[in-house]
Amino acid sequence: MTEPLPIPKRKDPLKRSRFGLVPPGLRSRAASEMATFAAQGRFVLQSCDRCRSITYPPRDRCPSCWGTLTWADQDRGARIEAVTTIRHSTDNFFRNHMPWRIGTARLDAGPVAIVHLHGEVQQGDRVRMTLRLDRGGNPALFAVPQKETPNMQDDPQLRCFTADPKHRRVLVTDGRTAIGQAIARALLKAGAQTVFLGDADPLMRYPGKAEIEAQEGIEPVSLNLTDSGSVQELAAQLGGRVDIVVNTAGFVRPGGVAFGAKLSDLQATFDLGAVGLARLAQGFAPAMSARSDDGVNSAAAFLDIVPVSGLSGQSGYAGAAASAAARLSLMSGLRGEMQQSGIRVLSVLTGPVDDDWHQDLPQPKVAPGQLARAVVHALTEGQGITCAGDVAKDLFARWQANPLLTMREENR
Amino acid sequence: MGLQSPYEGVAICAPTTVPYVRFSPESAHWWAGAALQSLAQTTGLGPADIDGFCFASFSAAPDTVVGMVQHLGLSPRWMDHIPTGGASGVMALRRAARAVQCGDAEVVACVAADTNQIDSYRQTLAGFSRFSQDATYPYGFGGPNATFALITGNFMRQFGVTRETFGKLCVAQRQNALSNPLALMKTPLTLDQYMSARPISDPVHLFDCVMPCAGAEAFLVTTPEKAEELGLSSARVLATIERHNAFTEDSVQFRGGWERDREALWQRAGCVPEDMHCVQVYDDYPVIVAMQLADLGFCEKPDLTDFIAANDFTIPGSLPLNTNGGQLSAGQAGAAGGFQNLTEGLRQILRCPLGDQVPEAARALVSGFGLVNYDRGVCTGAAVLERQALR
Repeated sequence: MTEPLPIPKRKDPLKRSRFGLVPPGLRSRAASEMATFAAQGRFVLQSCDRCRSITYPPRDRCPSCWGTLTWADQDRGARIEAVTTIRHSTDNFFRNHMPWRIGTARLDAGPVAIVHLHGEVQQGDRVRMTLRLDRGGNPALFAVPQKETPNMQDDPQLRCFTADPKHRRVLVTDGRTAIGQAIARALLKAGAQTVFLGDADPLMRYPGKAEIEAQEGIEPVSLNLTDSGSVQELAAQLGGRVDIVVNTAGFVRPGGVAFGAKLSDLQATFDLGAVGLARLAQGFAPAMSARSDDGVNSAAAFLDIVPVSGLSGQSGYAGAAASAAARLSLMSGLRGEMQQSGIRVLSVLTGPVDDDWHQDLPQPKVAPGQLARAVVHALTEGQGITCAGDVAKDLFARWQANPLLTMREENR
Repeated sequence: MGLQSPYEGVAICAPTTVPYVRFSPESAHWWAGAALQSLAQTTGLGPADIDGFCFASFSAAPDTVVGMVQHLGLSPRWMDHIPTGGASGVMALRRAARAVQCGDAEVVACVAADTNQIDSYRQTLAGFSRFSQDATYPYGFGGPNATFALITGNFMRQFGVTRETFGKLCVAQRQNALSNPLALMKTPLTLDQYMSARPISDPVHLFDCVMPCAGAEAFLVTTPEKAEELGLSSARVLATIERHNAFTEDSVQFRGGWERDREALWQRAGCVPEDMHCVQVYDDYPVIVAMQLADLGFCEKPDLTDFIAANDFTIPGSLPLNTNGGQLSAGQAGAAGGFQNLTEGLRQILRCPLGDQVPEAARALVSGFGLVNYDRGVCTGAAVLERQALR
């Protein structure tokens, strides 16, 4: 079993934090494409369109018949043929994390791969392969024990590939909704040390306020994402103590573009959803970037929950979908910026949630608990894109297959 | 596959080594020029006399042999660029020998040169190859040490070889290096020191690793007539082999391309491994030395422990091995590391070694191994050389 992570001690404010470096980032275009699947938690290798042979490392043509290659999901089984513990590296990120274990894996899918090893994996073991994103947003093969073991997630090497909430301090931006509260509870259950729970209007009560604020680990904070001053003030107070940001804020009103819409709703949804996201990033991202490799409770992730309709638009919710599209775009930009410093930028795509503003939509809708599970999953796996609920999964799959068709289908 | 055509009408001469230094602010071009200058001193040849040029380097970017030819004022009618590191010496020899034999060139200068500036080792690794950049170095960035640790551990398990056995090879090479005034490692190494060295990437320890450095190596390939005219001692090529990307089905490398072609090598050479008076094999790690001894036919792999125990690999020993100290003790000057096996083998049979002379040496086996493109060395080659004329 893996040693449970120690509860981090208070940091000495006079000591210089360890620099938030990332592993070497130079990659081929094929490897970058592999990263797009790693971001979804899929285990893929290239398969030849002609002879069907499976190949690795990423190539541009099949080594058996020179056919073209397509990424495809593969069997996750493998056997570890050789193991080494690296004790010396000329790369500064790995130097800070020595010793580091790697191995040669014979994949059940066929090829041989050099892989990162979980601490419990030994030479000769059967393992389960995972494809993850490293701190720089690049794809990485990581072998874990075949079966779940106690504290498996606490493996220090694995933790470099996740944003596990255990022992970390999380800011949930809007605790006034059932969703925000469900996520806060799920994070505490997943081991978060503290959840700073945002409240845009502390003088106004909201349903569940007394119960959630009474829970150990919850610290209510005043935070209004439409108010730059409010964001900056909280960032100044908490900046160096927030390890994960989970943005649960959003403003959804039904309405079309030319019909049945109010411009004030459109402005509100953009101001909270898109501009609010940028305010949040500007407030918290710099301090997080400086602490991305700061021990057990290093800063790890910036997560945004966003309607999946941002990919396609949505009839009847045109403004909300447009604001979601802007959020997705801003998150892509932020991802590129944060890859330099090792902070994961994660999007949880959600279908319509089961709240008062989606009354007219048919089932299935996303329950708060479901969304909370998706958020914890995204963090514990360090996964870039996670779909919460069946509507999001269905739309995301259709969009990957044919984005233009999906836009038509969603705007009829 | 028929027998290789013999290398008639070919003479190799003028083994040249530009003394290595640990770090150098100079460029690969500077080191290549130094090698040519040294070659000129030995042979009396100037730029106009060299009509063939073969070049190997890791650190000449953005230049290739083209840039080098203009940089160094050559006007060859034949040239080649060999980007295969540890296999580059044997490969340069093969190409230059055929060019001379067929009359495409008469005097071919084969040059390997690399510099080693502060931090250039890390930079070379970071962009070494597409596969290593995508699929090995981001995995702990242990460099070749980590890759060869996987190979070494597997080899030890598969063939029952222990660290002591590898240690004997390293200690013998250090002993050989002590007589070589140009070797970077100048102090004796004991087996105890080898065994208690600090671990680098298990089971690879400090004295299993080479010291990267700057340096250059060169030799001349020409006709026996020209060698005589220049008053140069020369050697002939009895046989050569070359193979790339062999045995892709092996999960972890435990053999190289030599195993596929060794019969052809010895058959053409008309002799057997036991006829070699010295053996100069590529030695980035001792496991590769052991692998070559077996793959080239000195013993079977399960017998390596006994074979290594039964032999003395020092210069006066039963099987003089890497008699200049090899890269493990003389230093690894980038691609020049793939030439020093050839220049040292040549020196021993031409009786002009850097250090001690192997008694009665007239035949040498030279073996190259290069380019860990992903998880294993891809390029292999070997050559059997014999003394032609002493002048």
